[in-house]
Amino acid sequence: MSEQASTLSRPTATKRVPVLRLAGIERHYKEGAGRLNILSGANLSVYPGELVALVAPSGAGKSTLLHVAGLLEKPDAGDVFIDEKPLGELNDANRTIIRRLQIGFVYQFHHLLPEFSALENVMMPQLIRGLSKAEAAKRAAELLSYMRLGERKDHRPSELSGGEQQRVAIARAVANAPRILLADEPTGNLDPTTAHYVFDALAALVRASGLAALIVTHNMDLAERMDRRITLNAGKIVEF
Amino acid sequence: MSMVAHSPPSAGPARRLVDGRRLIIGIVLLLTAIVIIAPVGVILIQAGSQGFGAFLGSLSTSDTRAAIGLSLVTALIVVPINTLFGIAAAWAIAKFRFPGRKLLLAIVELPFSVSPIVAGIAYLFVYGGQGLLGPFLDAHDLKIMFALPGIVLASMFVTAPFVARELIPLMTLQGNDDEEVAATLGAHGRQIFFRVTLPNIRWGLLYGIVLCNARVLGEFGAVSIVSGSIRGETNTLPLQIELLYHDYNTAGAFAAASVLTLVALVTLVVKLILEARIGEGH
Ligand SMILES: Nc1ncnc2c1ncn2[C@@H]1O[C@H](COP(=O)(O)OP(=O)(O)OP(=O)(O)O)[C@@H](O)[C@H]1O
Ligand SMILES: [Mg+2]
Repeated sequence: MSEQASTLSRPTATKRVPVLRLAGIERHYKEGAGRLNILSGANLSVYPGELVALVAPSGAGKSTLLHVAGLLEKPDAGDVFIDEKPLGELNDANRTIIRRLQIGFVYQFHHLLPEFSALENVMMPQLIRGLSKAEAAKRAAELLSYMRLGERKDHRPSELSGGEQQRVAIARAVANAPRILLADEPTGNLDPTTAHYVFDALAALVRASGLAALIVTHNMDLAERMDRRITLNAGKIVEF
Repeated sequence: MSMVAHSPPSAGPARRLVDGRRLIIGIVLLLTAIVIIAPVGVILIQAGSQGFGAFLGSLSTSDTRAAIGLSLVTALIVVPINTLFGIAAAWAIAKFRFPGRKLLLAIVELPFSVSPIVAGIAYLFVYGGQGLLGPFLDAHDLKIMFALPGIVLASMFVTAPFVARELIPLMTLQGNDDEEVAATLGAHGRQIFFRVTLPNIRWGLLYGIVLCNARVLGEFGAVSIVSGSIRGETNTLPLQIELLYHDYNTAGAFAAASVLTLVALVTLVVKLILEARIGEGH
């Protein structure tokens, strides 16, 4: 356990500084002659080791918010801060580097590469980052055993169950030891029992490594088990 | 058992259906034989009947050789350009929503609905001696009409949609998921394009390239207007075939035509292989 803690944990800040902060985010789409306001002044702070549940109806803008927070989309106004550093002025190359090193994503569907084993899938982002194969394999194996998949690391995604696939996807998302984990309905495709099991693994990982996690879910049971619950109301974020 | 006894065999309507299907299949096969197989067969037989030596002899007259060369050069220029254009257009249309997207789609497909000869005339109006840019081109000693640039332009126009039209439905179907995941894993734009987008569309892309190539080599209408049909200089292979035919050089015409027919047959085989690959991919 201590060995896992050493690879997964990060130095905790003495001051409580949000890892992820969204300030006055606006995002709208043109719709015919009019304008579709999806986010209009969304504010949010997520702290180290914290799990925030985002629960809102379909079409409310949950995925849009995650895209903005994950630097996949630029907001029309407002800014995203990581460790209180504003990211709005960064060019594409630097945004890519932040995505690579600071942000992990998990989706409803695992999107693992079918031709590669679980271990190789978790190695992939580390190889993209430029680590050696040996280093990447070592950390990938640690993460997979942390996710209780040590025995299955040489299986391909098609040889794994839905819950196992999703746990591999979570391991891959944190392979580069990011500061932030963004998940869009990570258990949306799983039965309730498996969903809880996968969520347990994810929550343990977030707490052990001091990640800031923003998790979209439609499952109220899971939302209850997180630290805070927020929703989107007329493009703004409100706690409930 | 009683069930079977009580329900009479429904062979009546079903049989009629089967008969109808046979009839339709029969008609299709007959039409295929008359319209496609017979002429292709005749060309190959006619070309072959003179013996292989004579066949090669007909092909190696200097005019025919020059025509084959010109067609190949045209394809070597046009196919890569239209491949790049097709990828770019399909990428923009399939992966983004932007104002003018529908218009771009319509423009990309326009060459399919314009008669090639009309396209040729249009180029003549723009680049010809009496055309819009004629005086300017003359003044700068630039020759576009009745020369390689005109042939390339006309061929480009006619074959512009081939790659794009293969890729648009494919890329629309695939959506942005894979690209997005690659971005979240820290891949940058170029990596995403070359390692995710391109591999995903490779068979469809090859398919479009093969069709584009066959059409460039075979294009007659548009090229016949802009080339000026100068023997041994601006005659592409299809134009040369027409010329040989008008010269009553039947053997030469059939030999040259068989070259294009072989290109078509090779295209057909490659097309079938690629279709099987595309089928596997899904
Ligand atoms: N590129 C776009 N152009 C126009 N409208 C868009 C675009 N992307 C998203 N939208 C619209 O923005 C709204 C919010 O979309 P979003 O995907 O964020 O919703 P969501 O809350 O994640 O919904 P779900 O629970 O169904 O996933 C939707 O009405 C959607 O149609
Ligand atoms: Mg969504």
